[in-house]
Amino acid sequence: MTFLNFLISGISLGSIYAIIALGYTMVYGIAKMLNFAHGDVIMVGAYICFYAVSRFSLPPVVGVILAMLVCTVLGIVVERLAYKPLRQAPSLAVLITAIGVSYFLQNSALLLWSSNPKVFPAFFTTESVDAAGKTVTKNGIQLFDGRLNISYVTIVTIVVCIIIMVGLTLFTAHTKMGKAMRACSEDKGAAQLMGINVNGTISMTFAIGSGLAAIAGVLLCSAYPTLVPTTGSMPGIKAFTAAVFGGIGSIPGALLGGLMLGVIEIFAKAYISTQLSDAVVFAVLIVVLLVKPAGLLGKQVREKV
Amino acid sequence: MEPILKVDDINVYYGSIHAIKGISFEVNQGEIVTLIGANGAGKSTTLNTISGLLHSKTGSISFMGEPLSKVPCHKVVSKGLALVPEGRRVFLQMTVQENLEMGAYTRSGKGVDEDLEKVYARFPRLKERFKQVAGTLSGGEQQMLAMGRALMSQPKLLMLDEPSMGLAPILVEQIFEIIQNLHKAGTTILLVEQNAQAALSVADRGYVLETGKIVTSGTGKELLASPAIKKAYLGG
Ligand SMILES: Nc1ncnc2c1ncn2[C@@H]1O[C@H](COP(=O)(O)OP(=O)(O)OP(=O)(O)O)[C@@H](O)[C@H]1O
Ligand SMILES: [Mg+2]
Repeated sequence: MTFLNFLISGISLGSIYAIIALGYTMVYGIAKMLNFAHGDVIMVGAYICFYAVSRFSLPPVVGVILAMLVCTVLGIVVERLAYKPLRQAPSLAVLITAIGVSYFLQNSALLLWSSNPKVFPAFFTTESVDAAGKTVTKNGIQLFDGRLNISYVTIVTIVVCIIIMVGLTLFTAHTKMGKAMRACSEDKGAAQLMGINVNGTISMTFAIGSGLAAIAGVLLCSAYPTLVPTTGSMPGIKAFTAAVFGGIGSIPGALLGGLMLGVIEIFAKAYISTQLSDAVVFAVLIVVLLVKPAGLLGKQVREKV
Repeated sequence: MEPILKVDDINVYYGSIHAIKGISFEVNQGEIVTLIGANGAGKSTTLNTISGLLHSKTGSISFMGEPLSKVPCHKVVSKGLALVPEGRRVFLQMTVQENLEMGAYTRSGKGVDEDLEKVYARFPRLKERFKQVAGTLSGGEQQMLAMGRALMSQPKLLMLDEPSMGLAPILVEQIFEIIQNLHKAGTTILLVEQNAQAALSVADRGYVLETGKIVTSGTGKELLASPAIKKAYLGG
């Protein structure tokens, strides 16, 4: 039963990684760059939601929507100001810029919100009155006489992840905008010849990725409620790893990579060592990349001449 | 009558490489015009500049009387100007049908479905493979897809960059037949070819490009008969 508990925690953590990984993978697929600042967008989203709910007493749903709006705008603005001018620049310059943006966001957060940890509010609880007339707050469900605990956050996280994956898959497969994104990811010049506004499409991709990052931020902080300006950086790196693991550029790859990373991490923590868990995660990554350099679901399409 | 396309003294650079050195030419409504020239003469550069993928430093290009210099690349196609680029550049990971849909990206409405059927009627091979990913098509099929995709934008002027490249002789013949059919159906065509013989025999007029300059021009017949052209481009 503890095994099942760990598996469920792993899937839940993996779902968060998967949602973050989508941002990396979509931006990489279209702009061919690694947006290392993506992890910090998560942190900004979490802070916005925190302030909206804890300080301004807005309902959690409003907090989440506000966080998504702010992050979407942030994503678009960062792309316009920092990355768009470097469209023709060597990828190393873009990478360094992205690292710069990452630190910029972290330091801005430090300035705005200080380094004091904030305790993220618990959204996913139910209240009931027990036999003695006392109010009991529950944050999950117990199964098998309490041997299996599944928190509401876990359930919500997994459900949200499924909804996002299905939604995004349908979006890229069937909508005009989604197809335009795929066209841009393959050949920007040819896409332009079709009449697709490539800059607009890149903006859109950043917007979607950043909006999802806000959701990931709220879910992450609901599961691990300590919020500091560097909150996004480690999950960001892990999610990036997940994206590479699954095959960067691939949406199902982000899901698979995220889930595997989450499960491996939790199992490594539980059965090997808490300190070594990250080392185990990266060891698995290296082995996978040795066998499949393009990642688990990465595509290597040969061009016909 | 005003030419449908007028290229006036354009100069195009790749960094410090001066690839197009002041060329001017025009295409009239209903014509097939061909640009021929050796490798590296600047044919693709010219077409890419017209379609907005590249920009000329000086000079002007106008299409149906409207200057194109301020028009961003993605707005050119909706003006009625489509390019089938060198090397086809179909979207390899997208299906045949999706590729054709991308060709009609700037359009909407019932006409799109009708045109899709028209393209399928013209290229039955594509219809058979409509759900197949373009990367799995043969070279010839990819060329047909690239042409079909361009036709989906209902171009008034269709520019083709070496449509016969890498194809077996029988397929080359087929491609040229299609070009002539399109022309008969009213599409104006600007054709770039290495295969000068084939291009000049279908073209109304031709221009010969050499290291970024137009060195000769004339009707297809004149150029085919010219001893200098024969020597340089038609293998004696
Ligand atoms: N991206 C580029 N960067 C630098 N120089 C380029 C680039 N593309 C083309 N050139 C140069 O510009 C000149 C014209 O090239 P272009 O591709 O237009 O020739 P082309 O006539 O289409 O040749 P081909 O028949 O081989 O396709 C060549 O000298 C080429 O080396
Ligand atoms: Mg060329």
